[in-house]
Amino acid sequence: MSLRKFISNKTIAALAVILTVFASTSAFAQAAGAAAETVAKPVDMGPVYKTVIFYTMAFLLVCLFVAIIGKALKVYELTREAQDQPKGINWNTVNGVLFALFLIVGLYGVYWEYTVHGNMILPEAASEHGKKIDQMFNITLIITTIVFIATHIILFVFAYIYRSTGKRKAYYYPHNNALERIWTIVPALVLTVLVLMGFLTWRSIFYKIEDPNNKPLNIEITSSQFAWAIRYPGADGIVGVKNYKLINSINALGIDFKDKNTLDDQTADEMVIPVNKPVRLILTSKDVLHSFYMPHFRIQLNTVPGMTSYFEFTPTITTEEMKVKTNDPKFAFLFLCAKICGEGHYKMQKEVRVVSQAEYEAWVKKQGTYLTDDLRKEFNLPVAAAPAAVAPADSVKKDTAAVKTNQLALKK
Amino acid sequence: MSTISLHDTHNHDSHDDHGHHKETFLTKYVFSQDHKMIAKQFLITGIIMAVIAMGLSILFRLQLAWPEKSFPILETFLGTWAEGGRIKPDFYLALVTIHGTIMVFFVLTAGLSGTFSNLLIPLQIGARDMASPFLNMLSYWFFFGACVIMMSSFFIQTGPASAGWTIYPPLSALPTAIKGSALGMTLWLISMIMFVASSLMGGINYVSTVLNMRTKGMDLWKMPLTIWAFFLTAILGVLSFPVLVAGVVLLIFDRSFGTSFYLSDIVMGTQVLPNEGGSPILWQHLFWFLGHPEVYIVIMPALGISSEVISVNSRKPIFGYHAMIYSLIGITVLSFIVWGHHMFVTGMNPLLGGVFMITTLIIAVPSAVKTFNYLATLWRGNIRFTPAMLFAIGLVSFFISGGLTGIFLGNASLDINLHDTYFVVAHFHLVMGSAAIFGMLAGVYHWYPKMFGRMMSSKLGYLHFWLTFISAYLVFFPLHFLGLDGVPRRYYAFTEFEFMQKWLTVNVFVTWAAIIGALAQVAFLWNFFYSIFKGKKAPQNPWESNTLEWTTPVEHLHGNWPGEIPTVYRWPYDYSKPGSETDFIPQTVPFSQTMSSNMPHDFEGNTEAERIQREWEAKNPAIAEK
Repeated sequence: MSLRKFISNKTIAALAVILTVFASTSAFAQAAGAAAETVAKPVDMGPVYKTVIFYTMAFLLVCLFVAIIGKALKVYELTREAQDQPKGINWNTVNGVLFALFLIVGLYGVYWEYTVHGNMILPEAASEHGKKIDQMFNITLIITTIVFIATHIILFVFAYIYRSTGKRKAYYYPHNNALERIWTIVPALVLTVLVLMGFLTWRSIFYKIEDPNNKPLNIEITSSQFAWAIRYPGADGIVGVKNYKLINSINALGIDFKDKNTLDDQTADEMVIPVNKPVRLILTSKDVLHSFYMPHFRIQLNTVPGMTSYFEFTPTITTEEMKVKTNDPKFAFLFLCAKICGEGHYKMQKEVRVVSQAEYEAWVKKQGTYLTDDLRKEFNLPVAAAPAAVAPADSVKKDTAAVKTNQLALKK
Repeated sequence: MSTISLHDTHNHDSHDDHGHHKETFLTKYVFSQDHKMIAKQFLITGIIMAVIAMGLSILFRLQLAWPEKSFPILETFLGTWAEGGRIKPDFYLALVTIHGTIMVFFVLTAGLSGTFSNLLIPLQIGARDMASPFLNMLSYWFFFGACVIMMSSFFIQTGPASAGWTIYPPLSALPTAIKGSALGMTLWLISMIMFVASSLMGGINYVSTVLNMRTKGMDLWKMPLTIWAFFLTAILGVLSFPVLVAGVVLLIFDRSFGTSFYLSDIVMGTQVLPNEGGSPILWQHLFWFLGHPEVYIVIMPALGISSEVISVNSRKPIFGYHAMIYSLIGITVLSFIVWGHHMFVTGMNPLLGGVFMITTLIIAVPSAVKTFNYLATLWRGNIRFTPAMLFAIGLVSFFISGGLTGIFLGNASLDINLHDTYFVVAHFHLVMGSAAIFGMLAGVYHWYPKMFGRMMSSKLGYLHFWLTFISAYLVFFPLHFLGLDGVPRRYYAFTEFEFMQKWLTVNVFVTWAAIIGALAQVAFLWNFFYSIFKGKKAPQNPWESNTLEWTTPVEHLHGNWPGEIPTVYRWPYDYSKPGSETDFIPQTVPFSQTMSSNMPHDFEGNTEAERIQREWEAKNPAIAEK
């Protein structure tokens, strides 16, 4: 084959292709530009198309560059061949070396990621069970990182060392039962340990024995498209019954006020919880699936329409303490939605404040009740005389609180 | 059964030979019943869908990187979905939904299994065609129809489905909840039913072909690992896909006929819906009963392909052939009982969470065995870095990186805080996204000569591999840390949350890496399409491989082999066998021709053969000792 003829044919073909591409791009751009002139009045699309053309050109230039390098390599190899010299570039060596380089740079990259991005992740868990989860996470992280680094070193080092040089024959080694047994049993053992730990942690999170002296604070969360509603139980400690069929414009949660437990239920704009006291979340949804996600406390559970789910936890760090620990004066706990729920999915959030017991009691007194005058009329409840009937008998202090909140509601 | 179909194809073959059978353009390229052509149809459709889905991902990466910036050019193409040059939140969700659907189902299921099962099953087991060529053709056309219907949802006013690729009801059931759940979701569901029909027809065909139509001597334990992988994948698909159809049909009933399988106690705004007694969790069980086997449907063919490619290019037998098969079988069986790990935090009974955690972590064992066997295959090999080999090694790397993070997510306790965050996104994009697509690309580079009779440019292949490999890691590695910071997935913008602001720069970086990765695919596309017409003519066995497909002529013919189908005598991995002159011994070479390299275990206890071998060794002590 004539070398010169070969090259010139290919070059001409390549040039022709590039020319057509250029021509068609510019033709397209002109057509689009013309269309823009006639239709688009508000935005001048000229500069936009120019930018697009610029980037297209830049990319085509890169392609051209690659093509030229490819051609040059080909010419080089063909000349070597024509002069009966050994092949110019040993691609096995090139790729083997690249794998070795990738290993070194990659290991540094992993180190950089672990130290830089690894420092940007969530602070320590702010709940009792969260500490156990973090512990498990760290153990798993250590094990997997060791395996990750070791296997990658083996993979890329083998790729480098055993690249073909054309002088060697590979070692015929179809199997070794002892080896295979080892790397079946060792992962199995490690995983058994992880499974057992995970299983016990999981049980400790979801199977809680209630301590009668330390009853959890019930808080009901209702998700709806793009908002959270928080309901506090009021003085009686019980979140009353609700029924979705009762939902209307004045009764957004569908609370059934025929149930006496509902009468003192309180609304809140944020979730405020006392530190070191168990909290029981009652999670419900009004429309589609959402997911109640409170990352700092290692809590997540979906909210499902038609099904109530529960999550009990004990916060251990107050917001103020966390501000100090994270060295961030603006730090705030929050919960958000983690299950795709519609176009406002990315906005659903509420602030959470963990405070001392005293601060909590002061705060909770100020919260209004769900029951309003309109609702009293709807449920045929006496408008003014309610407080006495509502108040639970066991605590005078709480009793007055209930009266006050109801009076507040009346004034509204 | 097998004799009948074999007989049929023989008849067909003789028609060809006598030139009576005239193929028109329509029967050769469009409604072809030849498995090789159908494989190419699947591949090219898969590539087109992959390019589309990749384009969609670049669109939403633009939004994530520059949430405040306007790109007027987007409005030119997307109209009201990107008014003012900014993608709207509901269209963003449509983008992620369709990206996921196309990639998982159309590219990595149909594009991967459809291409390579069709191409390789008959060629590697020695059959003239599939058990049912007509069903095979239907399988492609149902797939094609599914693709067209899925894409058509971009041309309707309310836009494509946008409830995520898992389309959890009630969001997917109620058009009032999101615009994409109107006509777009109907099209999604119809498309999915057609897709499942296609994959069932394919799967049944693959299973029956492998079971009934192997050539003489090709017993199950002499099949290449590719065939084992395709075979088990097909079984998995046949058993699990119907469950998805069941789920989809119930969802169609809920959406269009007022039933309440998945719906209960729902109020949209202040409008109380009449549905009672259903459960959204039911959908999740049905969906993930397919959905989890599905990820193995995606990865197993890729693992099969890489086993073959790594063995051929290391010039070594695959290490632990039997262990590889048993681990594939283990994965197949276990994958049916792990689906609940997608549902740890749905509010499902916590007892189930514990059970599913155990089964899930058990499945890591066969996966680990496979990884170590790959590494052992490379050990003391004579590695030739063809582009296919590079991609296969890339697959092993991704499989390790993504597999290890699976240990976090499979642990129910850790999943509480990682569920639906970017950690999950990073995990599955590495272990099933990147790994499977690398397996597919390895397959394309490796069997391109078989498909098109020409070679692809290996240098462009190197460029393609390195750019893709590096950019895939740059895209997905940092995403783990977003997840560890509690950033949920499918968020339109990070602007609403104070704590997410610090990740905006990372998002810009990831988007640039994704753009470079996407542009690198141009090297592949150019290489692929240019080489079909202008590539160097391929020799019959370009990689010096043992398997049967390389004994067929380069020019395709209907029926694959011009004469009789070759007989198989040995396993497919006799590479660099000591005592042999060449470093590969094809499956069709009988042991009587390789006396100098035979080993005791080759005869599988056949005393007659062992006796002959002993006699030969006694006569030729010098050679035998080597």
